[in-house]
Amino acid sequence: MTDYKNLKLIATSNPHIRNNETTRSIMLDVIIAMIPALVWAIICFGVEALILTAVSVIGCVVFEALYRILMKKPQSVDDLSAVVTGMLLAFVCPPTTQLWMVLIGDFFAIIVVKQLFGGIGKNFINPALAGRAFLLGSYAGAMTSWVDPAVNKAPIFGGTVDVVTAATPLAYLKTGNMDGLKEIYSVGDMFLGKSGGSLGEVSALMLLIGGVYLLWRKVISWHTPVAYIATVAVLTLLFPKAGSGVDFMLYSIFGGGLFLGAFFMATDYASSPITKKGQLIYGIGCGLFTVFIRYFGSYNEGVCYSIMVMNCCTALIDKYVKPTRFGVVKSDKKGAAK
Amino acid sequence: MNIGKQFKEGLLTQNPVLVQVLGMCSTLAITTSFFNGLGMGVAVTIILTLSNVIISAIRKIVPDKIRIAMFIVVIAGFVTMVDLLLQAFVPALSESLGVFIPLIVVNCIILGRAEAFSYKNGIVASFFDGIFQGIGYTLVLLAMCIIREFLGKGSFGGGLLNGGAGIQIFPADYGVGMLTLPVGGFLTLACLIALMQWALSKNKK
Repeated sequence: MTDYKNLKLIATSNPHIRNNETTRSIMLDVIIAMIPALVWAIICFGVEALILTAVSVIGCVVFEALYRILMKKPQSVDDLSAVVTGMLLAFVCPPTTQLWMVLIGDFFAIIVVKQLFGGIGKNFINPALAGRAFLLGSYAGAMTSWVDPAVNKAPIFGGTVDVVTAATPLAYLKTGNMDGLKEIYSVGDMFLGKSGGSLGEVSALMLLIGGVYLLWRKVISWHTPVAYIATVAVLTLLFPKAGSGVDFMLYSIFGGGLFLGAFFMATDYASSPITKKGQLIYGIGCGLFTVFIRYFGSYNEGVCYSIMVMNCCTALIDKYVKPTRFGVVKSDKKGAAK
Repeated sequence: MNIGKQFKEGLLTQNPVLVQVLGMCSTLAITTSFFNGLGMGVAVTIILTLSNVIISAIRKIVPDKIRIAMFIVVIAGFVTMVDLLLQAFVPALSESLGVFIPLIVVNCIILGRAEAFSYKNGIVASFFDGIFQGIGYTLVLLAMCIIREFLGKGSFGGGLLNGGAGIQIFPADYGVGMLTLPVGGFLTLACLIALMQWALSKNKK
């Protein structure tokens, strides 16, 4: 029989449903999900990729720790979010980025975008993307000079370390030069990641592995990435710039930072909508802007700016896509809202 | 009338740019080199002081209904004078500030001070208000110029020192180029406003 007298009942306010998930465990999952892409980057671009990522992570962690100490706020480094920002920022920079440049990006991402707005969860824009946009605005030349990884040339496979400045597949897509693009890379090359691009974005396969891991761990929901990639796929399939729609679509979704953006950037909790319906709208918006920038903009890549634009729309989406409150009849909605 | 209080208000607690958030257009647009900021600041200070004095002097004979139009006429007169003087004696500055000199006519600081202060106060008080508000504006412009020039191009005193090129402190290649773009103006101003509000709120406690 239950001993009711000695039963310890605690009265607390909501929320009552709890689990063991912490910011730290979620961030750890994100870091694990990024490992395959990092390993691929090291294979492609050599040990420089690892050094760049490490410096970026250390920079972010140090800036965050210093800010919290100087402002006499509770230390937040151990939630690992700064590590994620550091890794993501390195992932969206070209592998040849100077180390001091990436530190300036770290400073902007952590101090200006994240901490000045109140720290984790209060940034309205993705810090890593803002850091990249800041670097792109400041060092446009360095941030758009790419190297051709071409796996068979990488040191591990007995090739030379010579850095060859190369046009990315996106530059070919921009001009609609599909024949030229097909000569250099096949769709398989693009999917595996043998093409040029930013450090962590080249391999759609590795990013997909990470993304699936995040979905399986329920760190992210499928709504944003699927809506995002599907929108880009449909638009490029229907309106190819050159060649057949299917070819153009495959090159478009495997090229550039689309997978990295869709799985790791657009799903940032603080800067994306809360509701599932909102996330679908948000993903579609990201896809539209990406295609618009790639087609009509002056940059080859539109993932970074499209996500930042939709980050700014998040509050608006959340405002208009409110779930019906439990127990409220739909036709009664107006009355209940009063 | 309390000159000490006016001084504090103009420079800190009622700073035209950082607290009243007036005169944004020129603040954002011309703060790319030290010389620009200094020239603009001095020009606005002179115009502000003179127009404050005149408006204060005529405040009793101006009908309420047409006061804004009167303010603009007075301000426009002084702006034209300063514009022509600059063209005659400092053509380099006149050229680099360009359209922003005539645009001082619609600078909210001057119209704002006319409406908020000199229309209601005596000539001497209006004179000091013009000077202190002008100095407050100039100091913010200079701070923005120095920050943007130093971080953006690695130089100091552009347009004025070292034959116009400014003193190079670190190689320009390392400069954060974004700060010299309009975006950088917004970022720098936002940081300065945040810093000011933080300092003021801390002072209140």
